[in-house]
Amino acid sequence: MRVILALAVLVLGSTGGEIAITHGMKATGEPAKLRPRALLQFLARAVCNGWFWMGLPLMALSFYSLLILLSWEPISLVIPTSALSYVVGTFGGKYILGEDVSVARWVGVVLVCAGVALVAAG
Amino acid sequence: MASERRLRIKTLIMVLAMVVCANVGDLLLKHGMSHIGAVVLTGHGIVQAFRLTVTNGIIWTGIFFLLGFMVSYMTVLSWADYSYVMPAGAFGYAVLTFLAVIFLHESVSPRRWIGVVLICVGVLLVGQTKPRTTGVPSEAVA
Repeated sequence: MRVILALAVLVLGSTGGEIAITHGMKATGEPAKLRPRALLQFLARAVCNGWFWMGLPLMALSFYSLLILLSWEPISLVIPTSALSYVVGTFGGKYILGEDVSVARWVGVVLVCAGVALVAAG
Repeated sequence: MASERRLRIKTLIMVLAMVVCANVGDLLLKHGMSHIGAVVLTGHGIVQAFRLTVTNGIIWTGIFFLLGFMVSYMTVLSWADYSYVMPAGAFGYAVLTFLAVIFLHESVSPRRWIGVVLICVGVLLVGQTKPRTTGVPSEAVA
C-alpha cells in the first residue's frame, strides 16, 4: 500500500510538473543555438517564467518520492513502474497542451505501457 | 524537408542526452540510497534520511547527472511535443536494464526482457511521428 501511494505521488507529481514546465518552455522559446552560451541565455529566460516555478515543486515532490521508493525496491522495478506517467502524460499533452496525438503515437504509447506492465510484473 | 530533418535530428540528440543523464543519475541514486538503507516513514525517520542523503557524495553525483537531464529536457521541450519527448525517452529502459544487470547485478527475467522489447518498439513508433505539432515558438526562427 505504501509503495502504491508513493508511486501515485511520483507519477502525478512528475506529470503535473512536466506539463507546467513544458508550457513554460514553449512560452520561453527554443535556444538560438545548442552552444553553452546560448543554452545559458535560454536557461536564464526559462527561470524567469512563472510556469517553471509552478512545475518545479511538483517535480521536487516526485523526486523525493523516487528516493524513498529506491530505498524500498530494486531500481529495475521502480523506474519501469513509474513509467505509468507515459499514459497520464500523453493525455495531458493532448488535452492540456493541445498537442496533436496521432494514431501512431497512441499505438506507440500503448506498446510502451504494455511493455511497462510486463517489466513491472517481472 | 531540410528543416523537418534538422528538427528530428536535434530532437533525437537531446533525447539521447536525456536518457544517458537520467539513467546514470538513477543508478547513482540507487547506489547511494542502498548505503543509507530503507527510509522509515516517521517524522524522525524522514529527517534522518534527508540528513544522510544531503551528505552523501554519490547522491550528489547522481543529482549532478539529473541536473544534466533537466537541462536537456527543458531544452528539447522548448521546441518538441511533450507527448513525443516523453515516450521517445523510454528507450532508456533498455539502457537501464543493461546497467542494472551489469553494475547492480540484478537478475532480469525473460518476461522483463520482452517488456523492454515492447517498449523499444513503441518508442520507434512514436519516433516516426512529427516531433512538433503545436505552433512554432517565437525564438525558433532566430
